[in-house]
Amino acid sequence: MTVGLEHYLIVSALLFALGLLGVITRRNLLVMYMSLELMLNAANLALVAFSWFNDNLNGQVMVFFIITVAAAEVAVGLALIVALYRKRQSAHVEDLTSMKL
Amino acid sequence: MQEILFYFFAALTLIFGALVIANPFSRNPVTSAMFLVLTIISLAGLFVLLHAFFLAAVQVIVYAGAVMVLFLFVIMLLDLEEEERRKIKLAGLVAGLVSVGAIVVIFVRSLLATKPGSNLPSPTTEGDTAALGKLLFTNYLLPFEIVSILLLVAMVGVILLSKKDLK
Repeated sequence: MTVGLEHYLIVSALLFALGLLGVITRRNLLVMYMSLELMLNAANLALVAFSWFNDNLNGQVMVFFIITVAAAEVAVGLALIVALYRKRQSAHVEDLTSMKL
Repeated sequence: MQEILFYFFAALTLIFGALVIANPFSRNPVTSAMFLVLTIISLAGLFVLLHAFFLAAVQVIVYAGAVMVLFLFVIMLLDLEEEERRKIKLAGLVAGLVSVGAIVVIFVRSLLATKPGSNLPSPTTEGDTAALGKLLFTNYLLPFEIVSILLLVAMVGVILLSKKDLK
């Protein structure tokens, strides 16, 4: 049985689901952030698979841009988490309730 | 050979990905970060199977190298000892499993119903550095330059955010 596009897409969907599950269940800001990275990587895998099976490189250029933007996003997000930790001494979402009614 | 490698790397990716979000042995964020590195490296293996050699190298260098070092720096900077004592709430776990399971069922059923890519010709385009670079500097020149400005903006923002007296 040869490996086709749908095999890669199923792996990508499962990886995305794992990331989503991590964001929903884990309550630590850093682990939630890592789960976000998992979801981004799942989207990258789908784009590379589309690019290979459609026989052109546009999808791979898209993945290149996604990796760049993800690096910038991680830098800003982690700086925000560090600033938050300085104010609140916690990186746990259940301790950050000042906007709750 | 290709099939065996695909199943090998796919299984590795999913197992390590599961260990990132729920590790039965340790709740320490450092373990999660190390398993995320392993997930990213096995994903790079899948990229090589898809002939995206340049992206596989970038994935290892940028993600496993730069981004994860940033993560580890921040984890070590914050003192997260108490994280290991917290329990995962049962209600959140059940809600998460139900909603994520529903999404997976929708994904997989729609994929199996439509069978995408079943009648495509066999692909030949290699994703090597020369081909990708040529495309980046011709068709995608403007997005490429905008991304460099985005990186500059992110850098300035991070420096501003990590100043001691944040107003």
